[in-house]
Amino acid sequence: MKAKLLAATTAAAWMAAGAAQAQTELTLCWAAWDPANALVELSKDFEAQSGIKMKFEFVPWPNFADRMLNELNSGGKLCDLMIGDSQWIGGSAESGHYVKLNDFFAANDISMDAFVPATVTGYSEWPKNTPNYWSLPAFGDVVGWTYRKDWFERPEIAAEFKAKYGRDLVAPQTFAELKDIAEFFQGREIDGKTVYGASIYTERGSEGITMGAMDVMYSFGFKYDNPEKPYDMAGFVNSPGAVAGLEFYKSLYDCCTPPGSSNGYMGEGIDAYKSGQVALQMNFAFTWPGFEVDPNVGGGKTGYLVNPAGPDGERYAQLGGQGISVVAYSEKQDAALEYIKWFAKPETQAKWWSMGGFSCLRAVVEDPGFATSQPYAQAFLDSMAIVKDFWAEPSYATLLQDTQKRLHDYVVAGNGTAQEALDGLVQDWTTTFEDEGKL
Amino acid sequence: MSSYSVTEPSARSKSVAAVLVVLYAVITLLPLLWIISTSFKTGPDSISYPPKAIFSPTVEGYVNLFTNRTRATTEQLATMPPPANFAEEIVRKRNEVITGPSRFGERFLNSVIIGFGSTFLSIMLGTLAAYAFSRFKVPLKDDLLFFILSTRMMPPIAVAIPIFLMYRTLGLSDTHLGMILLYTGVNISLAVWLLKGFIDEIPREYEEAALIDGYTRFQAFRQVVLPQAATGIASTAIFCLIFAWNEYAFAVLLTSGNAQTAPPFIPTIIGVGGQDWPAVAAGATLFLLPVMIFTILLRKHLLRGITFGAVRK
Amino acid sequence: MPNPLDTAARATPDRIARKLRGLSDRAIAWAFVAPTIFLLLAINIFPLIWTIRLSFTNFAANKPNAEVKWVGLRNYERILTDPDIWQTMQATAHFLVWTIVLQVLIGFTLAWLINRKFRGNDLLTTLIVLPMMLSPAVVGNFWTFLYQPQIGLINYAVEFFTGIPASSFSMLGSVTLAPWAIVIVDTWMWTPFVMLICLAGLRSIPDYIYEAAEVDRASPWRQFWTMTVPMVLPFLMLAVLFRGIENFKMFDLVVQLTGGGPGDTTLLSSIELKREAFEKWRTGYSSAYAIILFVTVFGLASIYVKALNKVKER
Repeated sequence: MKAKLLAATTAAAWMAAGAAQAQTELTLCWAAWDPANALVELSKDFEAQSGIKMKFEFVPWPNFADRMLNELNSGGKLCDLMIGDSQWIGGSAESGHYVKLNDFFAANDISMDAFVPATVTGYSEWPKNTPNYWSLPAFGDVVGWTYRKDWFERPEIAAEFKAKYGRDLVAPQTFAELKDIAEFFQGREIDGKTVYGASIYTERGSEGITMGAMDVMYSFGFKYDNPEKPYDMAGFVNSPGAVAGLEFYKSLYDCCTPPGSSNGYMGEGIDAYKSGQVALQMNFAFTWPGFEVDPNVGGGKTGYLVNPAGPDGERYAQLGGQGISVVAYSEKQDAALEYIKWFAKPETQAKWWSMGGFSCLRAVVEDPGFATSQPYAQAFLDSMAIVKDFWAEPSYATLLQDTQKRLHDYVVAGNGTAQEALDGLVQDWTTTFEDEGKL
Repeated sequence: MSSYSVTEPSARSKSVAAVLVVLYAVITLLPLLWIISTSFKTGPDSISYPPKAIFSPTVEGYVNLFTNRTRATTEQLATMPPPANFAEEIVRKRNEVITGPSRFGERFLNSVIIGFGSTFLSIMLGTLAAYAFSRFKVPLKDDLLFFILSTRMMPPIAVAIPIFLMYRTLGLSDTHLGMILLYTGVNISLAVWLLKGFIDEIPREYEEAALIDGYTRFQAFRQVVLPQAATGIASTAIFCLIFAWNEYAFAVLLTSGNAQTAPPFIPTIIGVGGQDWPAVAAGATLFLLPVMIFTILLRKHLLRGITFGAVRK
Repeated sequence: MPNPLDTAARATPDRIARKLRGLSDRAIAWAFVAPTIFLLLAINIFPLIWTIRLSFTNFAANKPNAEVKWVGLRNYERILTDPDIWQTMQATAHFLVWTIVLQVLIGFTLAWLINRKFRGNDLLTTLIVLPMMLSPAVVGNFWTFLYQPQIGLINYAVEFFTGIPASSFSMLGSVTLAPWAIVIVDTWMWTPFVMLICLAGLRSIPDYIYEAAEVDRASPWRQFWTMTVPMVLPFLMLAVLFRGIENFKMFDLVVQLTGGGPGDTTLLSSIELKREAFEKWRTGYSSAYAIILFVTVFGLASIYVKALNKVKER
């Protein structure tokens, strides 16, 4: 009887151990988009090396923040690894959703100096500019522009442009030039179709119009707050430069976008560009590999462009992209850390880039062959050097929603003035920071 | 009734009515046909302008719906073995390779389990309650009935936070059972109200006769009332299924990896780049089919269910 | 069918049998109603009470560790004095009123035409109800595609029939057109629902009433207004009640179509509520907002149901 019991217990223990060993499964959460498919492919190497099985939970962009923040806020165990958006870092660090990675990095010789500085600040640090790391830069992304090189190069179009503006039709270096070109193409007949100037971000629901308008306003002098005094926003958010930038964005929306561009973000931009409706397109760099192989706009028809400069020559771009973090509620943190260790390896990162993942590792992007490895590689590198990001505060979602409302109301609905919109924004943000106790 | 009936509309008024209704049907079905036709277009055809009504059909959208793909360079493709099936052949033409099945199959199955499960439960509970309200003196009957209806007035988002927290504690979050109970809770008001109307129409005399024959109440309910109420049950089931099948707000907030249904999934199908309209359309088409078949199968009941009111005293 | 129970029942004296039956009736009544009530308490009432409780706090679901304070009526005060809320209410009212007006007019007309009982009316009815079987989220998503000024079907159709260039207007992007764009999609989708209920009403009118009217030589016009309309009215009012409640809560269709834009033009109450609750994570505040919405629709519906009962009694 005793022996039998013992045997049974041993068998049970053995089975449990075996099950635990064979069944280690990690779930990685990210947005459902093209790079995620590449990551699934890439992760097969990790599965082969570690014996750990990878599961993926990809949530589409419009619901990504809602769904994942909901998950984190309720202490959910769905995700072991989270590739969360850059602006979540503050909240996730302060509420303890993410595991702090400093010790792990030190123990495994992972140096943050090995990554592009902007991505470390943008994706990993909280508080910003302090060596407290909550994630490993995973996917570098930045807003830039694409243009129809094939149209620009057509002799009759080039000649007409030169006659009208007295300069060559080449990739714009300033926003003023960009608008000239957009106006020039607006309503033009090309190959029997009416085409339009530019596609820009105008989406209302999540973060679209904020990403687009900020991308332009930075170069016009917009600042989130006083560099000397944090959260001091009056005169920075609504500075004359910022107002001019927002006015510029509206004028671009009014003059040069295709009809019906009132609620467009990344996907709509891609559609407009691929279907040959626009000469210029604002979009995140992650879209670029897709254009290169597109039957309509690929194969050398598309040029890639760093965000142009503002009136005073200042030049910034809106940061996108994400870092990979370990969720504090996961019961498999060790395995999750193992994944990060593997992901940080130079050879993994090199393969990541070759599969269309925008690596943030300096060894990859500073490789002499990098800039010429893809037609868009140089533009990506240059863009990543000039990035700025939206608030990454714990209350970022409230700040973002207020921004969405103010900007959409002015730019798309045409209510009020740019000055009023930004004054209102200072007010909204001040209230939020007051509620937070930061002001 | 004599062979001549004044209520039989004249031939002319019939044909005028027929023409108008056909006209409406054509207009209203056009967007639906557009969805179906888009599901057979290629990506470029779907976003061409002016819109294309004539195109060469392809199942690309359906292939995209059921697979995950990634881009491959021409060189990579050249080194690969020849495509194993038609799906691979289709995606390789666009310089892509299939990396595995998409989540659509699972989401669809979840919808089937949750949609039909909650419909069954709503009908079962609803019939019982409707019968009780129709036949017995329930204290505060009118108040209870209005209370039941009033639960439908609550915006779903309003109760989503407590439900989310409650489900997490009970372990019902992101489970099929949780969603079935939730949708039943929402649907039951409609079910009780509709079914009570149908059961009210069944003459009490039938049951009373059965009772006099010595049937118990429960026997009378099962053997007399239920068969009589079949049409009403069928048409109520259609309405419950339509809701549970298509619900979005709760699904998007309360489900993720395990029990997510198709409605939050379909609008977010993206291809390599922007929204993959043929795949979205393919998803919408496939997703419409089960409810459509269910409705067509029960069509007689739906229409008879509607005319059932005609015997009202 | 001879049944031992039957004989047993017959054997017992009538008075006792009735008493037994009465008792079991009550038990059955409770047994039948209880599961429904229990489910409603668990899924609807308990969360509702929780929501009410939260509405008096500053609780934020994304800060589980923060101290929760009672703030009394401050959330309610903030909402009711916020001018933006009234704009949201206006957008909701516009949507509500016009969808109901259009759906009732078109739905009733269709039902009336179908009730002419021409050949094939069954088949046509089945075809017409198809749009309401689609998922509103999927419909909203797909209609953004149909509304695209150039690649979409709607603008192209408008150009085809009226000559107004397709690219000259944007249904979802214009402040004046967007509120109508969402009304059109909802009407497209839900007119069949109103039609079905009206059809039920029309078919409930006994033939003999018309026969009698015919004998009295009442004109068809008079018959329509004095018989058809009053007889269908209770059904129509029920349809309006259901559509009204549904559209007051409208979220999925419109969130997919416009996301509340342009600006706040189509920001319906439920969309605003979702933003407050699940994007800004102001749980206490949004709970108060939810209660205000609930009380509004509950109040309106109570009045309406009273009226409906009066019409029915007539």
